Amino acid sequence: MNVGAVEMLESRQDFIATKGKQKNQIKCDADSIAGCVSQRACVYCGARVVLNPVTDAIHLVHGPIGCASYTWDIRGSLSSGSELYRNSFCTDLKEQDVIFGGGKKLTAAIDELVAKYSPSLLFVYSTCIVGVIGDDLDAICKSATSRHGVEVLPVQSSGFIGNKAAGYRAACDTLLQLIEPTKQIWSKKAGSINYLGDFNLAGEAWIIEEYLREIGIELNVVFTGDSTYAKIKTAPQASLNIMQCAGSMNYLATKMEELYEIPYIRVSFLGLEDTADSLRRIAAALDNVSAAAKAELLISREIAKTKPVIDWYRGKFAGKKAAIYVGGGFKAISLIKQFREIGVEVVMVGTQTGRQEEYDTINELVDEGTVILDDANPAELERFMVSKGANLLVGGVKERPLAYKLGIAFIDHNHDRKHPLSGYVGAINFAEEVYSTLCSPVWNSIRKGDD
Amino acid sequence: MLDCTPKEMKPRLSGGLINPAKTCQPIGAMYAALGIHRCLPHSHGSQGCCSYHRMHLTRHFRDPVMATTSSFTEGSSVFGGGANLKTAIKNIFQVYSPDVIAIHTTCLSETIGDDIPSLIQSAEIPEGKLVIHTNTPSYQGSHITGFSNMTKSMVKYLAQASTTVKKDQVNIIPGFVNPGDMREIKRLLKAMNIESILFPDTSGVVDSPMTGEFNMYPAGGTTIEQLKDTGNSKLTIALGRFASSDAAELLSSKCKVPALALKTPIGIKASDAFLMALRGSFAQEVPAEIEEERGQLVDIMTDTHFHFHGKRVAIFGDPDIVTGLTEFVLSLGMAPVHILTGTPGGAIGSAVGSFEEDINGMLLEANLTANVKAGGDLFTLHQWIKNQPVDLLIGTTYGKYIARAEDIPFVRAGFPVLDRSVHSYMPLVGYRGAMRLIEMISGALLDRADRDAADEDFELVM
Repeated sequence: MNVGAVEMLESRQDFIATKGKQKNQIKCDADSIAGCVSQRACVYCGARVVLNPVTDAIHLVHGPIGCASYTWDIRGSLSSGSELYRNSFCTDLKEQDVIFGGGKKLTAAIDELVAKYSPSLLFVYSTCIVGVIGDDLDAICKSATSRHGVEVLPVQSSGFIGNKAAGYRAACDTLLQLIEPTKQIWSKKAGSINYLGDFNLAGEAWIIEEYLREIGIELNVVFTGDSTYAKIKTAPQASLNIMQCAGSMNYLATKMEELYEIPYIRVSFLGLEDTADSLRRIAAALDNVSAAAKAELLISREIAKTKPVIDWYRGKFAGKKAAIYVGGGFKAISLIKQFREIGVEVVMVGTQTGRQEEYDTINELVDEGTVILDDANPAELERFMVSKGANLLVGGVKERPLAYKLGIAFIDHNHDRKHPLSGYVGAINFAEEVYSTLCSPVWNSIRKGDD
Repeated sequence: MLDCTPKEMKPRLSGGLINPAKTCQPIGAMYAALGIHRCLPHSHGSQGCCSYHRMHLTRHFRDPVMATTSSFTEGSSVFGGGANLKTAIKNIFQVYSPDVIAIHTTCLSETIGDDIPSLIQSAEIPEGKLVIHTNTPSYQGSHITGFSNMTKSMVKYLAQASTTVKKDQVNIIPGFVNPGDMREIKRLLKAMNIESILFPDTSGVVDSPMTGEFNMYPAGGTTIEQLKDTGNSKLTIALGRFASSDAAELLSSKCKVPALALKTPIGIKASDAFLMALRGSFAQEVPAEIEEERGQLVDIMTDTHFHFHGKRVAIFGDPDIVTGLTEFVLSLGMAPVHILTGTPGGAIGSAVGSFEEDINGMLLEANLTANVKAGGDLFTLHQWIKNQPVDLLIGTTYGKYIARAEDIPFVRAGFPVLDRSVHSYMPLVGYRGAMRLIEMISGALLDRADRDAADEDFELVM
């Protein structure tokens, strides 16, 4: 479609802003408009991506087959132990189940799976249809728990009850349920922390764990990258929660503060600036002088190693422009900073589920004229990438071929990422990945029209 | 470590699936709808469905996949999705201006019971534009059923018998295959000098060239005029009974176009049958270039047959593709020992017949027996393989877990292939597709032989 040939829906205009042009706030966190080619997913998707990295759980999808098929081992989160979570389990509801209810089938499936795998934990995800036919997931799971002595937990994730963010919340509710029944009084492990909102994609949580170990801070459990039933149970003993992906974990952090008196701070390990800043703030929040000193050593050592590499790439990226379209607002913010570090100008920023305060921060960070948009569709992405002259797009699966068709380089900052993008090693990987696509000779083969 | 499948087989009575070999109807309907020129598929349900289908298709084809959604909310699931659909239709024409919107339902809208035809009737549809629909309840059948249903709806809404005498042209329904296959089928028809309408036709849509511009509606796809004209053809050939027969049957009853159901032309036998049917119905000789291709294929088969003989193979995937692959590996002298599809096999008396009967019939002819199952999952296939090992696995990307766990050479074929590229551009059908299959299969087997050979057995010439 040619730029300009797309008529912009009037009702979409509130969701798009250009820095410097208008004062009014961008509209976000609303339902997508019917008939849009939305890049957004559903409640189930949100819940599944948050819980999926729990490695020794059976993730049983209660519904027809599709929801299980499309989420089979897609997250790219790594495990140091069990691989059970990488299998796909589904009740495969049929017509008679829809008419007569799927409860019996679910009970039978749980019984069978427990007998087959003796798992320590079973998540049962509700899908759209379950929300409509009204199977009592809570009761079925409760009875299965007492029958088998294995925790069987419902995830209330019927697709239509909201958007992906509602799914994050449903997942957090289930995690809280998992933590809660432990009535024993947790003696706090001084200086031990939980790390919320890292899904160990390409082993990213392991990098952070290593940094923390080096500065003498014990990582209790990660929510949810490479986590297990037993590890999650220990969550209340931490004395601090650090939170990276706030979009999915803010609710959990707040609840844990309320229930277990664990304060939380927001961190980001994307880019040199954020990584250093986060390590310092963690040490400060724990009042750990030794950790603070060790953090400085780590930071200066890693910067000395990383900076020259980044600077080399900086030289290659002069004059290049990037567009960002990612899931959450916090990731977008980190990416803006990271692009600044490697000398790439950001000309468009969008998210699927960014929140108001995140859009405010984005607006402060970016240069005049940068387009900011919420829940964009492909036509809008095309329009602004082309008009702003973007050379590179950061996005997810569905955006990749769109960028390529426009002759725009692309990196995946979502489930399909192939290298860890966290910490100092991640900063180098990021620059390397930007370089490998932005400066690839393949773009030279495109036959340009009149230009 | 990835292997979580126990060898011991216990009865499974719950009806639940572990590691499915199918997915749901709507994605098949979406794929079929992409095969109409300037059509925008529309998913009437929650926005997650649309997002998942686009993601999955994008991963397989590595091309943009456009579709819209009714974006159901809690309100729509209580009061029905009618308002959403009407708003959607209006918005879609206003913003994306397709020529056709092809609506498919989801488990949610089916269960709520939205009456799509009457909603379409009361929707604002601009002059000259079309809205068609099909019902795709996810709790029945599989993605193949969805593909079949959408293809059938193309006939239901569009096919017209407007001429008194049928035209000397053939309708070809290719089934759920790659655009590379559709191009190959069209090439064969052109070589045979036969006028044809292929529908749906996703070539030029999900394998479109890179031009530096994003086209919401790439050049490919069967046009509305062609779809209307299918009612005037003198024959419909349905390739693959599961994906194509229903539409052909409807064309026969609606427009009196005789229907012929053939296997998906994978391998020499099914390709022969396809070309012979064309020759017979259109009194066209098979041209020298196609004869030459067949000769080359036979030459390759004889050159390589000793690599294949008696090799034990497991095949899984969509029923029409698996049927074709099974027939072909039999003609190479291989021994299929496990054959499985995730799609339900078709009830007794249904138009599509029984998958298991089809396969068992072919095996019987070759004096072989095998584990054969429709409506199965990859947990079952893996257990079969653990108990009766094979030399080769052919199937979709999801087979890679089994191939790795059991250390079996693996050939990727069918839908989806998410971890390799180029496959969707290349045919499996026709003589050239068969040559490619032989290259893939023998390549996989010989790479393994090379890998496993001791230094003293390692050979230059194989």
